[in-house]
Amino acid sequence: MSMALDLLTLVAVSAGVVFFLAGTVGLLRFPDALTRLHALTKADNLGLGLVVLGLLPRVDGVLAGVKLAAIWLLALLAGAAVSQLIARAARRTGPPA
Amino acid sequence: MMETLNSGLALLILALAIWTVVARDTFAAVVGFVAYGLLLALAWVQLHGIDVALIEAAIGGGLTGALLIRAAARLRNTEAATRAERPGVPARMAAALLAGCVTTALAVAVLALPDPAPTLAPDTAANMAATGVGNPITAVLLAFRAMDTLLEAIVVLIALIGVWSFAPDRAWGGRPGPLHRSDPDGILAWLARVLPPIGVMVAIYIFWIGAELPGGKFQGASILAAMWLLAVMAGLVDTPPVSRTWLRVALVAGPAVFIAVGAAGAVFAGAFLAYPEGLAKPLIKLIEIALVPSLALTLALILAGAPERTAK
Repeated sequence: MSMALDLLTLVAVSAGVVFFLAGTVGLLRFPDALTRLHALTKADNLGLGLVVLGLLPRVDGVLAGVKLAAIWLLALLAGAAVSQLIARAARRTGPPA
Repeated sequence: MMETLNSGLALLILALAIWTVVARDTFAAVVGFVAYGLLLALAWVQLHGIDVALIEAAIGGGLTGALLIRAAARLRNTEAATRAERPGVPARMAAALLAGCVTTALAVAVLALPDPAPTLAPDTAANMAATGVGNPITAVLLAFRAMDTLLEAIVVLIALIGVWSFAPDRAWGGRPGPLHRSDPDGILAWLARVLPPIGVMVAIYIFWIGAELPGGKFQGASILAAMWLLAVMAGLVDTPPVSRTWLRVALVAGPAVFIAVGAAGAVFAGAFLAYPEGLAKPLIKLIEIALVPSLALTLALILAGAPERTAK
């Protein structure tokens, strides 16, 4: 059982790191604000989600697990809201010179 | 493994600090500073200073970052003109010399520290039971070095008075900051309705847990301040006119309770800010509960800026 949980941690956290890496590469390489936001929100949503999922078997107690999940949900909320605000500002002012 | 990560973190912090200093664009420098604050918070976590990490993230990165972004936005119109002006060679040489001297002095001071560093940690651990609190940082901040914390709370208040003193005469006594408007069905207004209930709960939790675990009044107060500012920026509430009596009473209430408890200590326990035997923990809690609203309001109003609209 603990072997399977270790494996879950390993796979989920590694997959999360891949999403963060891809998001960072996208942030650096994509041509405009909207596509860069798209790359960034993938890192936040899926990357952090997978890291949290991988860490869940390692916490002691249900409460600590709930706290971890709450952090992910709050990051989702903030990421989604802020990227919409940035996207709207970017559309209104046009691409930076 | 951990050493490699820590060295990487330290190098990243140094590189980002240098980048922040040399960045020519004010806004870019501010973004660098905020990221620097967050990395610094990670460094404090690695040093097991969770309380300091929380403060660094909330105030160093968050509130100071927001303050600097506002300042950068105000400076935007004059930035090109400022950048076109280059100081002469003597002025730049003098600045380089001064900066070099300060850096050298700091380096000498740090390298000359005795090893192992002098510490009062064993004394704190030995005497913590007398305060009744479980978090050594809280014991130091509100019992052993309560004077520092009192002065800190007063310094924040003085900073707010400094901000207010920038008000133009016609706006004195009026509402701080610009009038914010946003689409009432928009995403910002939505976030400003959804997030504050969660944020207020987290803030109270972080403040309450501070007696036993990392957390405390400054951390909780800055989250409260952020939630209120979110509602202000979304246009859901407006900042109160600074001439309101209730506002001024709320601002000084926290430090006033602190001073009153300190003065009572001088009468009943023999020294200013001393707590009578057995009453330390309730008095510490009383001071903290009184400080949180005052601190939250003070921090939020420092960010809201100088009064710039008349009270109508």
